[in-house]
Amino acid sequence: MSVSTGLGALVLAAGTLLSLWLPGHLDAYLLTLACLILLNVMLAVSLQVTNGLTGLFSLGHPAFMTVGAYLAAILTYPARRKGFMMPELPAVLAGAEWPLLPALLVGALGAGLVALVVGVAVLRLRGHYLAVATLGLIVIVRVVTNNLDGWTRGGLGLSGVPRLTELWMVWLATGLTVVLAWRLKHASAGRAMMAIRENEMAARCMGIDAFALKLTAFVAGAVLAGIAGALTVHLISVITPGSYGIPLAFNLVVMIVVGGLGSITGAVLAAVALSLLSEGLRPVEESLGLYGLSQLLMALLLIVVLRLRPKGLFGSAEPAASRSS
Amino acid sequence: MLEIAGLDVHRGPSHVLRALSLDVPAGRITALIGANGAGKTTTLMAVSGLLAARAGRITLHADDRRHELTRLRPDEIVALGVAHCPEGRQVFASLTVEENLMIGAYHRRDRTAVASDRERMIDLFPVLGERSGQWAGSLSGGEQMMLAIGRALMARPRVLLLDEPSLGLAPNLVERIFATIREIAAEGITVLLVEQNAGAALELADRAHVIETGSVSRSGSGPELLRDPRVKDAYLGLAGGAHHAGGTA
Amino acid sequence: MSGYHLQQLINGVMLGSLYALVAIGFSMIYGIVRLINFAHGDVMMLGAFATLGLVAAGVPWPLVFLFVIAVGALAGITIERAIFRPMRGAPQVSGFIATLAVAIAIQNAMLMTVSGQPRNFMFPDLLRARVALGPANVGAIDLVIILVSVAVCAALVFLARHSRVGIAMRATADNLQAARLVGIPVDRTIMLAFAIGSAIAALAGLLWGGRFGQIDPLMGFQPGLKAFVACVIGGVGSITGAMLGGYLLGIAEVMFVGLLPPALAGYRDAFVFLLLIVVLLVMPNGLLGRSEEERA
Repeated sequence: MSVSTGLGALVLAAGTLLSLWLPGHLDAYLLTLACLILLNVMLAVSLQVTNGLTGLFSLGHPAFMTVGAYLAAILTYPARRKGFMMPELPAVLAGAEWPLLPALLVGALGAGLVALVVGVAVLRLRGHYLAVATLGLIVIVRVVTNNLDGWTRGGLGLSGVPRLTELWMVWLATGLTVVLAWRLKHASAGRAMMAIRENEMAARCMGIDAFALKLTAFVAGAVLAGIAGALTVHLISVITPGSYGIPLAFNLVVMIVVGGLGSITGAVLAAVALSLLSEGLRPVEESLGLYGLSQLLMALLLIVVLRLRPKGLFGSAEPAASRSS
Repeated sequence: MLEIAGLDVHRGPSHVLRALSLDVPAGRITALIGANGAGKTTTLMAVSGLLAARAGRITLHADDRRHELTRLRPDEIVALGVAHCPEGRQVFASLTVEENLMIGAYHRRDRTAVASDRERMIDLFPVLGERSGQWAGSLSGGEQMMLAIGRALMARPRVLLLDEPSLGLAPNLVERIFATIREIAAEGITVLLVEQNAGAALELADRAHVIETGSVSRSGSGPELLRDPRVKDAYLGLAGGAHHAGGTA
Repeated sequence: MSGYHLQQLINGVMLGSLYALVAIGFSMIYGIVRLINFAHGDVMMLGAFATLGLVAAGVPWPLVFLFVIAVGALAGITIERAIFRPMRGAPQVSGFIATLAVAIAIQNAMLMTVSGQPRNFMFPDLLRARVALGPANVGAIDLVIILVSVAVCAALVFLARHSRVGIAMRATADNLQAARLVGIPVDRTIMLAFAIGSAIAALAGLLWGGRFGQIDPLMGFQPGLKAFVACVIGGVGSITGAMLGGYLLGIAEVMFVGLLPPALAGYRDAFVFLLLIVVLLVMPNGLLGRSEEERA
């Protein structure tokens, strides 16, 4: 065990204790905000594995979140209200009222399966094909959830999803995502992924199975996004087909580019900073009626970063880290 | 015709040309020889404006005027009469042979003269006439070389920059291309030739410069350099290597 | 063919005409800079809003057409100068992240200035008339859209094939460095491709607004994506392919809605992107595209 791994485990454990203690001592708004920021970190870091390490360009995270969120919400939803809210559910599901953890796993599995199908179709092609196909996937998922209204309540959205998500769960999920991404990056599979990012042909010549690794990175990212989606819906208790859409996909891209494509530290810091920024701008938007301001600033920030500091804050590196290991 | 003085060129992080100076006399064939990476191609790219110079001058003497090429864009340099036939041929693969030829005359407005130049190119390289409707990408390597030279000549240049015209061609084709270069020079066009195939280049050239690590280490007439023992050792290999198509590196 | 089917076919061709107009410019730009321009659909949106503003200001219709085309060209040139030119030579990923940022910036700038409220869009009465065409009854605007689209596409294909500028554009798209060496002013040529492609997109925005009656700042994103789908169907980078792909996509989309059970009609956008994934899977080079090593 290296020093950094030991340190990581310590931080994770201490944080878990803190996250168990905090809920009784923090008001509900701050608690929810903390959860949402952590979830953004989880999403950004998982997208970093797909886009940053492997050099793919997926915009599909919101689609996978939606799949994970709806699947999990359908499973945990109070059975007595299902007949009214989701009249067309098959009997097995109509009677189900699962606890969060297994529902989370089903949601993750569903998101992973969708990614597997799309990935097999699109990952043989380079770059922008994946970007557009995943944008298309966001549209597909939105249309399907909108039209399957006997299962999802369609465009009205599903409200009253039980608030089962606790701070410690979000902390653990985020922490484990970071640890997983970190270990992957510094393992041989991670190095192989970065080799694909730099030069796929050369990587293949060295015997790296590029397709399998790209598919793995894409599906892994989707599974984590599915979990994040399921945790989010059980945090704020509402979801509509458009809850997670293209603006979110874009914000996540801004986070990983500003942090530095491939840098986990960068993704974490950028996710925290940008979440706080857009939360801070929300009252400004509302009081001035300038809806779109925070997205506009995000877009301009991204353009500035791409032009002045194209490698983001940290490039692909992890400052203050690997030196000790 | 062309005067290069104190030229410094960087490509990315590497400092390729270091105070390179040389003269290219009008109406003659001047050859640049040297090892891979010495800076021969970089010199041509600086002349045609593809690479910017950090320092130094490239002066074209034409129409009794001096044109400072380092300050001009590639299309302005072509309009002044400097045509560059690049390494690796670089024909427009998705355009037809005919379109490739005609695009060589892009900056020219004299339609009748362009049409007659086109006929001359077909006379010079009959195969281009036979294949005029085909995609340039479907031509063989030798045919693409002819097309690239023809495309450059369609600009009616005063100075023709030729980068590795023999690269990857069969020996009999190399001889034909070199014979064509001689014809071009005989018409009064100044030729600046870069070649790995040092022996053949020196036989062809009126003047030659040896480039080592970004500057000129020796200059002389073709025959002088052919006899120079150090050039022989470094670039000509053993006797008989002169027509070896793969060149010496 | 029954009146219903004819009607559906005309609807499909009309929709396809709009897609073709967006796709053809998208493909021109992609062909020359090898980058997806995510903001292309937003230029279309700007064209629609420019029309709305000009009509409200009392500008006569023929001038509106000209101004809208100019607005589109200007938007294209601005996007090229501000984003594509400085990003030239940067890694492809950075390039299309930047164009996505431009798209989001344009959308949100419009959201802030004109709000997300859909606006009504009125064409003159003449264009709202209906014309009997055999058993079908077609809107005059539909015929205008089809005619404009066919004329623009034909003109563009001819221009690309035979004009000096068109050949220069194809040469620049084929090999930027060699294009410089034969004396093509590549910066100006690339800018011109953006200007033409974006002008056509803005024109499509005008027609789109006229046909569907409502416009909003986010209206361009999906047509922009669908233009990409059309390009993939036709073969990316080929102008004829983009046109063909646009028509096929429009017809397929309308047939999907018109011929399948009504319960599935809501899935039409899902169908379009599913088609994209299927096409990428079975024929990644599309109908007319040639294979490109970077996609293999």
